[in-house]
Amino acid sequence: MPNNTKWQVLTALLLLGFAGAFLALWSQQSTSANAGKAAPARGLSSANALAEMGVTTVSATDTDAAAAQAAFERAYPVFVSPRCQNCHPSGDAPLQGDDSHVHAQNVKRGTDGHGVYGMRCQTCHQDANLPGANMPPGNPKWGLPPPQMKMVFVGRTSGELCRQLKDPKLNGGRSLAQILTHVAADDLVGWGWNPGDGRTLPPLNRPDFVAAMQEWVNDGAACPN
Amino acid sequence: MISFTVNGKAVSVADPPSTPLLWVIRDSLKLTGTKFGCGMALCGACTVHIDGEAVRSCVAPVSRAEGKKITTIEGISPDLTHPLQLAWIEIDVPQCGYCQSGQIMSAAVLLAENPAPTDTDIDEAMSGNICRCGTYPRIRAAIHRAAEIKAQRGAK
Repeated sequence: MPNNTKWQVLTALLLLGFAGAFLALWSQQSTSANAGKAAPARGLSSANALAEMGVTTVSATDTDAAAAQAAFERAYPVFVSPRCQNCHPSGDAPLQGDDSHVHAQNVKRGTDGHGVYGMRCQTCHQDANLPGANMPPGNPKWGLPPPQMKMVFVGRTSGELCRQLKDPKLNGGRSLAQILTHVAADDLVGWGWNPGDGRTLPPLNRPDFVAAMQEWVNDGAACPN
Repeated sequence: MISFTVNGKAVSVADPPSTPLLWVIRDSLKLTGTKFGCGMALCGACTVHIDGEAVRSCVAPVSRAEGKKITTIEGISPDLTHPLQLAWIEIDVPQCGYCQSGQIMSAAVLLAENPAPTDTDIDEAMSGNICRCGTYPRIRAAIHRAAEIKAQRGAK
């Protein structure tokens, strides 16, 4: 190859490299700008509810891995408390009670997370808790995650659960902003703090849990090792 | 007033919205085929259908029935010719009989969704219906028989 042509090729390659880097940076910025908008997730309530929970904006510009890991460790015991993990089992049966035993009556997840045949969740569970100890708790959305997106909490370490929560392929396609919206405003998540008679509450109250999750996101959402 | 249909007939009841549907069915509408067992959705004796889905009427507030179609054991067929009724009689399933209307209502949902259930399907569909007489083997046999009767009817 003559020298002249060689320089031309090198220059072209350099230009292509610059263009690639610019595109990569631009797309990263546009992704974080989108993340900052706290887009509403499926079936979630209004921005007012989020504001009440102290959720304002999501910016992943600060990255403090140690602070993010510590924040997630604070939130983690809520995920694996009976109120949350009982409907995020590792098998295909829901769990019950503070000892997270397998649900009586051979209840199954089914193809949509809501049971099988005449054993649907809504066969027994109503739109609201029924008064009295050991009466069926209720919520309009009562059910398990569907079999194709099981979102298992039981048996996950904090690091494993954190990585699963961040992965859109394993978290129902949610962005970090949507995860925050979900924990702050989703009605079924909120049931955990209003579980009816005779059930213990998660170890953090909801505002503290949401604050820990927001801190985790704001600090860059690094996961415990 | 809360309005709905029971076994095809339109009804309006003045019971408070939180009244268990079971009380309305038995006391207000005088349909006593549906039984009270535990009052906590633990035994299945009170099972009825709301728009074709099995529901434990002892814990379902009557407000849940508003505008819906309720079916009780009395409405499963007008002339005792539902395949489950024929099979139940043929195999002589009941002993004391108390749980049987709930058993049949749960089995009806199973057969509606799965015309040829396996033993596993039957176990999964029927595990919420308790029988203190232990008629489970006959219940299972009768569901298989009802599936056959239903298939023969379909083939004709």
